[in-house]
Amino acid sequence: MKIVYTDVLVIGGGLAGLRIAIGARRRGHDVIILSLVPPKRSHSAAAQGGMQASLGNVIKGQGDNEDVHFEDTVRGSDWGADQDVVRMFVNTAPKAVRELASWGLPWSRVQQGDRQVIINSQKVTITERAEAQGLVAQRDFGGTKKWRTCYVSDGTGHAMLQTMSDQAIGEKIPVHERAEAIALIHDAGRCYGAIVRNLVTGELSAYVAKATAIAAGGAGRLYRVTTNAVICEGIGAAIALETGVATLGNMEAIQFHPTGIFPAGILVTEGCRGDGGLLKDVDGHRFMPDYEPEKKELASRDVVSRRMEEHIAKGKGVQSRFGEHIWLDITLLGEKHIKHNLREVYDICHHFMGVDPVKDWIPVRPAQHYTMGGVRTNHTGESPTLKGLFAAGEAACWDMHGFNRLGGNSVAETVVAGMIVGEFIADFCDKPANDVNIPTGLVHEVLRAEQAKLDTLLGGKGTESGDALKQRMQEIMTAKVGIFRRGEDLKSAVEELEQLLLRSRNIGLRYKARGANPELVTAYRVQKMLKLALTVSYGAYTRTESRGAHFRQDFPRRNDAEWLKRTLATWRNPGDSMPTLNYEPLDVTKMELPPGWRGYGAKDYIDHPDTPQRAAEVEALKQKMAAAPRFDFQEALLPYKDKLPPRFRGRNERIDEMSPNEAAK
Amino acid sequence: MSEAAVQAPKPATGDSAVHRELKFHILRYNPQEPGSVPRLQTYDLEEADGMTLFIALNEIKEKQDPSLQYDFVCRAGICGSCGMLINGRPTLACRTLTKNLDAEITLAPLPFFELIGDLSVNTGKWMRGMSERLAGWLHPKDPDRSIDRLEERMEPELADRIYELDRCIECGCCVAACGTARMRQDFVGAVGLNRVARFRIDPRDKRTDEDFYELIGDDQGVFGCMSLLACHDVCPKELPLATQIAFMRRKMVSIGWK
Repeated sequence: MKIVYTDVLVIGGGLAGLRIAIGARRRGHDVIILSLVPPKRSHSAAAQGGMQASLGNVIKGQGDNEDVHFEDTVRGSDWGADQDVVRMFVNTAPKAVRELASWGLPWSRVQQGDRQVIINSQKVTITERAEAQGLVAQRDFGGTKKWRTCYVSDGTGHAMLQTMSDQAIGEKIPVHERAEAIALIHDAGRCYGAIVRNLVTGELSAYVAKATAIAAGGAGRLYRVTTNAVICEGIGAAIALETGVATLGNMEAIQFHPTGIFPAGILVTEGCRGDGGLLKDVDGHRFMPDYEPEKKELASRDVVSRRMEEHIAKGKGVQSRFGEHIWLDITLLGEKHIKHNLREVYDICHHFMGVDPVKDWIPVRPAQHYTMGGVRTNHTGESPTLKGLFAAGEAACWDMHGFNRLGGNSVAETVVAGMIVGEFIADFCDKPANDVNIPTGLVHEVLRAEQAKLDTLLGGKGTESGDALKQRMQEIMTAKVGIFRRGEDLKSAVEELEQLLLRSRNIGLRYKARGANPELVTAYRVQKMLKLALTVSYGAYTRTESRGAHFRQDFPRRNDAEWLKRTLATWRNPGDSMPTLNYEPLDVTKMELPPGWRGYGAKDYIDHPDTPQRAAEVEALKQKMAAAPRFDFQEALLPYKDKLPPRFRGRNERIDEMSPNEAAK
Repeated sequence: MSEAAVQAPKPATGDSAVHRELKFHILRYNPQEPGSVPRLQTYDLEEADGMTLFIALNEIKEKQDPSLQYDFVCRAGICGSCGMLINGRPTLACRTLTKNLDAEITLAPLPFFELIGDLSVNTGKWMRGMSERLAGWLHPKDPDRSIDRLEERMEPELADRIYELDRCIECGCCVAACGTARMRQDFVGAVGLNRVARFRIDPRDKRTDEDFYELIGDDQGVFGCMSLLACHDVCPKELPLATQIAFMRRKMVSIGWK
């Protein structure tokens, strides 16, 4: 049996994992990254549209700053987000954009002077400032007050991943490719690394580390219709859940993207609508202004997706042999814009559908897109219950997204969380008290237990098919735990998923090779995925309110009085067939932005009893400090700077805020 | 809604109810399995509407042969995992529609790269080695620039030109199609030369043409290219590879003459 020792074990080679690795490496710690695939193939590459950061360079972004980004993000989250974490995030996001620029990322830049854009289906001429010439440009995205989304044409995630991965290679950080963490090694509330399966040879090894970081992405493949890559099966979160100690937060918070191409579910970017594209129904009618007169196509994703499904339910969808869909019309943007700024969209339409979006409308329908929930962490990225286990990016519930994530905030989170959590991991490893002292006997025991599970699958006499169980799970999740949720559907989903989980303990294989064996991989993964599916569906069943992307037709109102709290799921015993749910209340009395109307979507909600008082406090302070600099007012409302690693506390320069930098020391 | 009537695309016409019977001849070989020998194995599959090779191979694996190895990740033509030889030509399988192919389809792994098994090859290992060899990351002129300050300015047109070269997805098709690579295992390929060209036009990189000459000024680099142009023809991202190589060669020749 092989044991590999390192300071930091990073599970996942996408943007978050790479940035954590670079941060820890530069602080002098040894790092190994595990990745299912070559890192540049990670799902981070699929983020087309961009990354939110309040640089305010373009004229339509003028006046943007951390405060506006903070409010947009909290409103987007439907007040489910941790406001301290959102503050840490919005202050670091501009630094992340600038760091990537200094590492070679070819951000699209501002060209001074007049240009034509499409706003609300009208051609409008806007004039970019001379002082913005050559700075990083921003585009419009849903749920934002300002144009804030920095981008690289429409290959933002791809370009970011190239740059980040190249930096990691430059830092000589080893990446063990085609390696899968299948269990965490832990004892007495301390995580010590992972048991890792080589996907080519089938060999198991133990990787023992001071700090273990899960940055393995989301769990979109719990669903049949998803924009996610095939590797997004949530295994990172699942192995945390299987410790029985770490918790998963808000797993029922699942985002559906309005524009998956129909029926394949492949994403076309929100940039289509941000740049002026329209949603149209069977009659060619632009219907979003009827529902959302203020934000129209650019309300938050949860709202737009629901409105589309609502409109289809009214009989206004377009019939096709695969079912009904909506049209996305970007023809008004013109050939040059589409082939230049939206080239990936053009390619996808061309290759997968034979559609030319310069002339034709694109068939779209909402598809599962993002897992807001994940491994629950505190603001440092560490699990509050399993010491030495960290998580970042989509795999984590750091909780800056609450119940709905804004477009452009996900790649932003990956890099920002990577920066911040990377520093905290380095701090953790610096402390002699956190040296690893686990006996090798214990490591071997965990490894043998994992080998025994695989042996049971390979040699046992099981009769169930992993593929069949997985397909059924995906059907149930898409049909019953989707955009519109109802108690009775959720109940039956939970019951059937529990049965599938029990059946998954009796999987048999047709192909028994111990090495590369796709059937074996499906078998052990589906056992884990079913546990995750249960945390999602049971969490959704139990949460009898609607918040963000979690919409209950039988409980359509947001209910802060009872549900302003985070769901925490644990899997107490390996033999359990259901997760155990607990709840962590959010403290209204400390909120910088007390709960209210989001500015789009439903206007009625049930207030938390503490909300009126906190809202009055905030208002009084606002009056009192009307003349004070915005930083002082913010500091008085929600002090957070001491939570940030010192190197990220500095003020962000902008064209309109060129005050000398006063990095907090 | 007259405007809509003009603009709305034709309703999707139903494909003929009778679907073709496809025959897939797939190169099978698993180096991990003692006794495994390379062979072509044939699978029959009924075509479906909008079927891609991603859908077809998954169906074969699930219903006919659970041992079949291949790589897909994004299945949307953006990650570069699924390069393979489709009827002898290297390209991305995920975005290849079966309706554009004859009913008999031959699939083989990309040549040149280490074979993992069947259609799966280790492009990741080779690409990492190439990046290390060519120092394929930005060598900044100003490494200590504060990230609190306004970012360094860049002309929008130049940023677009850099991105154009950054669009490479390292799928390996250019190397698999390359005549030089067939003869020299140590050739850095169009993918490698494109990387160098990308950093060469980036004003944030401090390296000079002399530095780049050290990296690619030999037969393993830009002088190994025989200008057969296959890389340019097969690149799924339609990168201007031959143009970049010709340009780099001129620049490197001028350094070599000094």
